[in-house]
Amino acid sequence: MTIIFLLIPLGLVLVGAALWAFFWAVGDGQFDDLESPGWSVVADDTPALETPIDGEQTG
Amino acid sequence: MNPATGRAQVAFDRSRVGLGAVLRAIAALGYRPHVLGAADTLAITTRERRVALKRLVVAGFGMMQVMMIAVGLYIGASQGMDPTIREYLRITCLIVTGPVLVYAGRPFFAGALASWRSRQLGMDVPVVIGLSLAFIASSWNTLLHRGEVYFDSVTMFVFLLLLGRYVEMSARHRAGSTADALLRLVPATALRIRDGVRERVPVIALMAGDRIIVPVGECFPADGRVTSGSTDVDESLLTGESLPIPKAPGSLTVAGSLNTGAPVEIALSAVGQSTVLAGIVRLLERAQSERPRIARLADRAASGFVACVLLGALLVALLWLWVDPSRAFEATLSVLVVTCPCALSLATPTVVTAATAALARQGLLVTRADALEALARADHVVFDKTGTLTLGQPQIEKAVPYVGTVDEALNIGRALEQGSEHPLALAFAGFTTATATAVAVHPGAGVEGIIGTERLRIGHTSFVEAIAGPRPKDLPTASIDLGGEHGWRATFQIGDSLRPEAARVVRQLEALGLTPHIASGDHPLAVTTVAARLGIKDWHARLTPSAKLALLQRLIVRGHQVLVVGDGINDAPILGAAAVSVALGSGSALAQSSADLIALRGELATLPLAIATARRASRVIRQNLIWASAYNLIALPIAALGWVPPWLAAVGMSTSSLLVVLNALRLTRREPSSAPTPALPVACPA
Repeated sequence: MTIIFLLIPLGLVLVGAALWAFFWAVGDGQFDDLESPGWSVVADDTPALETPIDGEQTG
Repeated sequence: MNPATGRAQVAFDRSRVGLGAVLRAIAALGYRPHVLGAADTLAITTRERRVALKRLVVAGFGMMQVMMIAVGLYIGASQGMDPTIREYLRITCLIVTGPVLVYAGRPFFAGALASWRSRQLGMDVPVVIGLSLAFIASSWNTLLHRGEVYFDSVTMFVFLLLLGRYVEMSARHRAGSTADALLRLVPATALRIRDGVRERVPVIALMAGDRIIVPVGECFPADGRVTSGSTDVDESLLTGESLPIPKAPGSLTVAGSLNTGAPVEIALSAVGQSTVLAGIVRLLERAQSERPRIARLADRAASGFVACVLLGALLVALLWLWVDPSRAFEATLSVLVVTCPCALSLATPTVVTAATAALARQGLLVTRADALEALARADHVVFDKTGTLTLGQPQIEKAVPYVGTVDEALNIGRALEQGSEHPLALAFAGFTTATATAVAVHPGAGVEGIIGTERLRIGHTSFVEAIAGPRPKDLPTASIDLGGEHGWRATFQIGDSLRPEAARVVRQLEALGLTPHIASGDHPLAVTTVAARLGIKDWHARLTPSAKLALLQRLIVRGHQVLVVGDGINDAPILGAAAVSVALGSGSALAQSSADLIALRGELATLPLAIATARRASRVIRQNLIWASAYNLIALPIAALGWVPPWLAAVGMSTSSLLVVLNALRLTRREPSSAPTPALPVACPA
């Protein structure tokens, strides 16, 4: 049973990593809008601009 | 881009491309750009939701870990376990529970601190006492290698409580988006003219008295009066009036309406928070922040209940210490957790929020929180006639000429009435070839003018008789007469057409058990026609505002709950006196309205729906209150007897809160029968 002395800390580290990833995702705004991305399939593709304006991004 | 709310957000790098270029690009695509304000409510709700989500997930992950280890501990307790491993598992639980309690449980500690400062017993107090007791005792036992630990109960309680609050917060945000959508109607910049120079300035910089130009396709940034140019304005986003409204110099324009005709110059009369639009938003926010009477009652009850719970827990602790000290702690903890009055406190506000959101989607603003309750109980409905049952736009229903043709009579009538601002004169608006000179308006009588060589009068019978001689017997009685020095000309029957949905709505209201009445200041003849066509038996005509009030009070004295429906302008006193009142939206009068509900689309059709929703809401409130009280009454004695372990107490308490919230959310579900009406549009399409 001594293996749990290794496995439990390992599990906690994994939970910590998962939480860190989740916090990053929330901060990145991935959970702010759960509806729109589903619609992106039916949206038209963005036509290529003749003169692309640098730095402009639509989100 | 968010198709659900109809918003697209653009972020750009200021060092590479100017704001102007971005705005132009968006305008070229055919949309109106708005600059997100600093005090944007969206940012606040987003932050609130993000933090709540993080807390919920931390509590959830923590709970899973602790649960897994707790299962091992429970099995170990029954089958025997090496003490080293047992202590190791317990310390791991402590390490996981600590952050959960400190990070995820922070809202409860903050709430308890706030209620401590305000010297009121909030529902966070027993939660915090329960959590702290369980955590401290468990840590103590862990460090001293003895006794029981309750880390699983602590994490589960935190997680389930947070889940209930998260659901409640989502419902609140959904309701708040209506007010937000209205505020967004105001553009971010405006074209100001100062000393003949046009410049684009932010709307915040505008002041009352400034002159601005509103180009076609732009929204009016503030309230004002047209100074030059004339145009058509679309106020549909604000009032639901779908036809563009003509605006000439002198007309009032309202912030948030869309200029669809031609560029106009306006002088601003109200900006920022003093605009009509801001007034509507304030009404909406007032309704959402105000707690209805029944909720305040539940709050007071909950506060008293918390005191009882704390006393009861103390009593239970003392009794158990006397009977069986080993079980005293667990029983006390269960009592504290199981009887948390969250469900009692959530029962009403969640329902009101959900019902308000459902009605707002149908174009009906609830401006007072008590309105829903009163609306559900209403058994009599009093209608104002003009502008409520009818469209409020007078029309010539019949023109009977005495000499000449109908067209000649209309031609003269229109020429004379052009200078008049009397409401009935609106019926004569239209093209005319005749010109009247020396036009004089006699208030309360009519208009006099000279056409060609003849002096003519239009108006009341006696006013015309004074110049044209006695009224001919064979002319039918009507509302407006026309005659001149050479004799009688014609008579006009002015009418006001019924709203198309009026008859259907009256029938639906009767089916809901409401008795309809008409209280009008109008001519009895006009009122009978309307009453007969709608099948309303009880009607009163020629009522002064005070007589209307007396009629209303007679109904109230007889113990009836009266709903008053008016256009919100001339019937403000009876709207205020009624148990509950609905104003049909029409432009600037809305904001000052004393009505409890405002029909933004300006039609009656939403009324039966509103009553049905209100009745459903009050039914759900009753269900919730009964459920919450019954749960607490049953759970308390069982927990006091020590039959409920702390983890079961946490499950029971949270389930009761969740049930209450989910029951309330049933109200926001769309009725399959109702037509899909879009929420208030957000962007003004160019």
